[in-house]
Amino acid sequence: MLLAELMAWIRAFGPYRWASHRLLNWGITGRTAVIGLPYLWLILFFLIPFIIVLKISVSDIRLGMPPYEPMVHWIEHQVVALQINFGNYAFLFKDALYRNAYMNSILVAAGSTVLCLLVGYPMAYGIARTSPSWRNLLLMMVMLPFWTSFLLRVYAWIGILKNNGLINNVLMAMGVIDEPIVMLQTDFAVYVGIVYSYLPFMVLPLYATLEKMDLTLLEAAADLGCHPTKAFMTITLPLSVPGIVAGSMLVFIPAVGEFVIPALLGGPDSLMIGRVLWEEFFHNRDWPVASAVAIAMLILLVGPIMILQYNQGRQAGAHR
Amino acid sequence: MANVRPEHKLEPWKDPSAEPYIRIEKVTKKFGDFVAVDDVSLKIYQGEIFCLLGASGCGKTTLLRLLAGFDEPTAGKIWIDGADMAGIPPYRRPVNMMFQSYALFPHMSVEQNVSFGLRQDKLPRGEIKDRVDAILELVKMTQFAGRKPHQLSGGQRQRVALARSLVKQPKLLLLDEPLGALDKKLREHTQFELVNIQEKLGVTFVVVTHDQEEAMTLASRIGVMNHGEIVQVGTPGDIYEYPISRFVADFVGSVNLFEGALIEDEPDYVRVSAKELGGHFFVNHGVSAPPDATVWVALRPEKIVISRDPPVMEGEDNRVQAVVKEIAYLGDVSVYLVRLPSGRMVRVTRPNMRRQSAAVDRITWDEEVWLSWDASSPVVVTQ
Repeated sequence: MLLAELMAWIRAFGPYRWASHRLLNWGITGRTAVIGLPYLWLILFFLIPFIIVLKISVSDIRLGMPPYEPMVHWIEHQVVALQINFGNYAFLFKDALYRNAYMNSILVAAGSTVLCLLVGYPMAYGIARTSPSWRNLLLMMVMLPFWTSFLLRVYAWIGILKNNGLINNVLMAMGVIDEPIVMLQTDFAVYVGIVYSYLPFMVLPLYATLEKMDLTLLEAAADLGCHPTKAFMTITLPLSVPGIVAGSMLVFIPAVGEFVIPALLGGPDSLMIGRVLWEEFFHNRDWPVASAVAIAMLILLVGPIMILQYNQGRQAGAHR
Repeated sequence: MANVRPEHKLEPWKDPSAEPYIRIEKVTKKFGDFVAVDDVSLKIYQGEIFCLLGASGCGKTTLLRLLAGFDEPTAGKIWIDGADMAGIPPYRRPVNMMFQSYALFPHMSVEQNVSFGLRQDKLPRGEIKDRVDAILELVKMTQFAGRKPHQLSGGQRQRVALARSLVKQPKLLLLDEPLGALDKKLREHTQFELVNIQEKLGVTFVVVTHDQEEAMTLASRIGVMNHGEIVQVGTPGDIYEYPISRFVADFVGSVNLFEGALIEDEPDYVRVSAKELGGHFFVNHGVSAPPDATVWVALRPEKIVISRDPPVMEGEDNRVQAVVKEIAYLGDVSVYLVRLPSGRMVRVTRPNMRRQSAAVDRITWDEEVWLSWDASSPVVVTQ
């Protein structure tokens, strides 16, 4: 009641009426403001930086600050020279390093996604099928690692995997092995790191779809003579596809560009695009090529993502 | 509430030598401390439509799930077609179920849903197609075969669910509130359709419902359940006209119940004095009750005659004077709530045999009336 009175008073307030009337003339209502603000945010902090990176990727390297040539040159007599250099992109094709890095990144990301799915699906399934009192506790435990720093957790894995680390020490003390197994600075360590770090992103969307599945469907399947294992394949799995797609995207996309895990856990030969980008940027100080690498990665990822999104949108539309 | 089953039907439960199709013996199901089904024994015969009737939470759905095999009884045994069902999983039972929520697979078309059960049996493709086509024809869903469940109306989904549960030609079909989600007109229509299909295919139906009208329409016999127990089993007529307890009388249809004491107890008649009635009931059937036991007289509203003039009948029993307090006009019948001198309200229904108009002098509010009934109308129950 008090709020309603307050709102009525505000509405009657002269300057407010004047301002809202003005805004309305420009087509701005409360509704457009609510929808518009996030878009403004995205334009400011996503689209504009993207355009800047795009601009740098077509410029030339130079010594100095900033370390690239400006795109627009002012020449005398009202002549403006616009310089666009696709050489950086051509360079990505010429040097096998980039191609290998891209291929390797996608391979590692895809492999980790599959591993995450294989580990995450049983976890999500188990959590979704336990009693509700256990469910919250188990979900809490899935999310618990987020409460410590990501970097700290990756460093912890160094302590576990290194030659005189936890695993090797235990195995050697038990007499299972004489020589330590080299695990750190291998692709294996990269997979472990990525699967470990991104598992919750797989488990949570899978849990969400499995949890809201109608269990009487499985009873109906059993009633019609379907063995539980087959019912899982024909009913549960197809119905959890939206969760599988969402979880896989949440793992695959950041894993492609992952820098910290391959840098800390991977060896010198585990070449991933995030690392190449970092080297290009900070060691070579070649901003144009680094930007070209980033843009190329974006284009490489956006294609499949949009196809997946489109398919998922169509499916979501079909199911509701 | 008409029973749509033909009168000349068989009554196998009256034949002591008949072998029941389902035998439930002393079955109890507990969930923790909660007893959902309490020591139930039942025999259901081939070709019956047996309705389990009860309020929600009375254990009727649990009993159905025990038959389907989704739950195992805590104690007791279930035989279906002569085979002990203990430890037999649902996918090996000769039983199909139509679920209350229909449980249609959302990612499959109508045709895929219906053929699902046949595909589990690895039947040849041609036979699957023939049988699916035939059953879709039967439920009049042929032209919707390619649709997904979300593209169907409630009634269409219900028919698909029925087709899916019938296509395997089970000998026993379990139906959980089959018509619950349908509106009244469609429900009536479907009830008749169900009975027709049942007669055509000779399937035994076990139907769970909380709707007594549905039970009356469909059932060959009704089992009334309360707190996990079967309180009475009988034909719809038996249940309605000869309830064995206050609970059954009150649950099936509406009833006026009077507490009273036996003052005359003969083999072929009893007289009951009821304080609230301010008079005596004369009932032309005997009662097996100890002399001082409290009994209740159940009197159906439609069996009471309401009139302005004192009824012409022998003796002083089975009549009482009252005042009309409320009238509800329902179209086909009118419901009168009348007050007896004791203050007790009695419900009386009367068919509206003539069209109402200003010319007809109807009984109206606050009028003094006589209530009377036949000696065969009241039922005396002892529990």
